[in-house]
Amino acid sequence: MSATTTHDEHHDDHGPAKGIMRWITTTNHKDIGTLYLVFALAMLFVGGAMSLVIRAELFQPGLQFVNPDFFNQMTTMHALIMVFGMIMPAFVGFANWMVPMMIGAPDMALPRLNNWSFWILPFAGTLLLSTLFMDGGGPASGWTLYPPLVLQTGNALPFAIFSVHLLGVSSIMGSINIIVTIMNMRAPGMTLLKMPLFVWTWLITAYLLIAVMPVLAGGVTMLLTDGFFGTSFFQAAGGGDPVLFQHIFWFFGHPEVYIIILPAFGIISQVIPTFSRKPLFGHDSMVYATASIAFLSFIVWAHHMFTVGMPLAGQLFFMLSTMLIAIPTGVKVFNWTATMWRGSLSFETPMLFALAFLFLFTIGGFSGLMVAIAPADFQYHDSYFVVAHFHYVLVPGALFGAIAGAYYWLPKWTGHMYNETLGKVHFWLSAIFVNLTFFPQHFVGLAGMPRRIPDYATQFADFNAISSVGAFGFGFSQLLLVYVVIQCVRGGEKASAQVWDGAEGLEWTVPSPAPYHTFEEPPLVR
Amino acid sequence: MSTNLRKHDFNTFLTALVASLLGNPAQAAWEVNMPVGVTDASAKIFDLHMLIFWVCVVIAVIVFSAMIYCLVAFRKSKGAVPATFSHSTTAEIVWTVIPVLILVAMAVPAAQTLVEIDDTRDTEMTIKITGYQWKWQYEYVGEDVSFYSNLAASSNETRQLRSGIDPFQEDNYLLDVDRPLVVPADTKIRYLITSNDVIHAWWVPDFAVKKDAIPGFINEGWFRVNEPGVYRGQCAELCGKDHGFMPVVVEVLPREEFTAWLAGQQGGAAVASAATAR
Ligand SMILES: [Cu+2]
Repeated sequence: MSATTTHDEHHDDHGPAKGIMRWITTTNHKDIGTLYLVFALAMLFVGGAMSLVIRAELFQPGLQFVNPDFFNQMTTMHALIMVFGMIMPAFVGFANWMVPMMIGAPDMALPRLNNWSFWILPFAGTLLLSTLFMDGGGPASGWTLYPPLVLQTGNALPFAIFSVHLLGVSSIMGSINIIVTIMNMRAPGMTLLKMPLFVWTWLITAYLLIAVMPVLAGGVTMLLTDGFFGTSFFQAAGGGDPVLFQHIFWFFGHPEVYIIILPAFGIISQVIPTFSRKPLFGHDSMVYATASIAFLSFIVWAHHMFTVGMPLAGQLFFMLSTMLIAIPTGVKVFNWTATMWRGSLSFETPMLFALAFLFLFTIGGFSGLMVAIAPADFQYHDSYFVVAHFHYVLVPGALFGAIAGAYYWLPKWTGHMYNETLGKVHFWLSAIFVNLTFFPQHFVGLAGMPRRIPDYATQFADFNAISSVGAFGFGFSQLLLVYVVIQCVRGGEKASAQVWDGAEGLEWTVPSPAPYHTFEEPPLVR
Repeated sequence: MSTNLRKHDFNTFLTALVASLLGNPAQAAWEVNMPVGVTDASAKIFDLHMLIFWVCVVIAVIVFSAMIYCLVAFRKSKGAVPATFSHSTTAEIVWTVIPVLILVAMAVPAAQTLVEIDDTRDTEMTIKITGYQWKWQYEYVGEDVSFYSNLAASSNETRQLRSGIDPFQEDNYLLDVDRPLVVPADTKIRYLITSNDVIHAWWVPDFAVKKDAIPGFINEGWFRVNEPGVYRGQCAELCGKDHGFMPVVVEVLPREEFTAWLAGQQGGAAVASAATAR
């Protein structure tokens, strides 16, 4: 996407290297941001193809296409790829591109580390995908990797675990870089509370990542030693406890949910004010709400485990602490609405995706509140209701946030306006199909369909058929995104520096496309 | 009883509404809600579920109306001029405090229900449930009756990859077993649950019971079924390739019939279990 920046180098004596070496050796935050975003887009289709295998098999009852073991490999790999290969790298890509430009810094603080954090990813991703071709197939235990089941994986287990280690190393290094950049490289006058919300959400996300990725790494290492070195951390026969892994996993896993959604909150908090032509309502309370969500995310993990047989006091604690999250999340939704209140709204593609986020993420929030209620969760848990819930939060939530950000900043990255008509078509197809895919899953879940099954009782057939049609529609609609992006990189109407008439912030003060080096002289922020 | 009826009516109404919207006569296929179930616990959980659901609906109507109003009233294309305000302490306090009150109102009945479900005192009989890859074992503790429960042979044939058999021809495709768990009605039954290999979860939606079967550990819970009948569920925790093929079927008999059934099983139990173990 930033390929076009090579042409506009008048002032600069060390432009990018030519050819493939530019991308391999680059230490430029914009190049690395582009690499992350391209990688994430590619993984969207890899993980998406796996979900289409799942939805094809679930189109009708009976087994038509794949055997149950391969089905389980698909559900596992779909989740691992989408979480670690797609959505997290996508947001790191946004952070690389935008954080330095939003705080008036010339680059990331640790450029070589930045190169290294990205280039670990393709290797880790390839390693993870290669497990599908190993003896015994890829991991088939779900992305949660629960023992003892995960220990029944064939040769793939150590490779999958090593891949998770690598992905974790990449995330931790990326997070250190983001924190150091934000703490040390802000332009004069850019005090912490003046920082745009996208920078804030990423600062908090980066701390979450540094806190929990090592916990996951420790947990999967214990799996590794249980599987190959005779330890019994999680094996009851040797005095261990399978549920211990679940505690470790979800101590990572719940903050992980916010690691995924907070940067999307940040993007939405940039997009809605721009297209409402009005400042973000309650900037400071948004910051405090983000921090509260991050704090709460550390004390709610066992709400994923209400059926493991916790003591009553534990169930009460985790139910009540989880319900508390609704408060800061509500503040965010109300503040976004108040931002639009008495604004002057226009509906370009980024705004459309942000609005869909606002409505559909809120629906995911409601079902989230429902699953927090422990007694009711005895019915919801491990059913398709939960699948519907987290896909509402992750797809029209996090993914739509990322797509909104992509349309919003594409003109800044490429110097061209994207095709607005195609963007809107992409939006409407995505918005319709995402609901067609995931809304019926609430129904089959409530009616008793468990998750992670390759075949189901006939009374679930109709809603599953609808869901599969929606999934294929949604998947193929995303090809339009690729087309729009490529078209925009290659040419189109010239974009102005400000791009959007309501856009505020340092990134809109530099030309479009943003020069290869920006803010070599720090701007002064009033 | 009348409240139960009302719930059933609502359920049927929703189902019929969706079915008629989509033009499908097969009502059961369009079930959109949680079952009220046949235990007091399941009815309470259903009430709780509907309470949260309606609270969410009311909040959604208010919040979405405000959003939609913004989209309609404050359009640039209609010449809307943006205001410049960027915060209001009063508004922010209001929309922090109101959710707190709503949450407290929801937490109270939720906590009460949780406490009631957790009370395993005064049970009249105990059943031990053991999960296996991929079947269940049921033991009537102290009665010398024990057997395995496998996916019914007809479902097992149909569910093979490209079997060519139409699942719709079966009455209870994937929800039928060779030997169901048989229990008495109107009896507080305690279950102990564990696993022989990986983690499973025993789920019967009509009882609102879902509990993990964990190797090396024993979980407990209870249910008391009000209406005799056959109730079906499935393993809910991913347990390997045949996770989708280890259903739970519970046949609930009137107390006297159960006593007779149990007497018939005693003595013959070992033979029966050997015959059905795969
Ligand atoms: Cu199982």
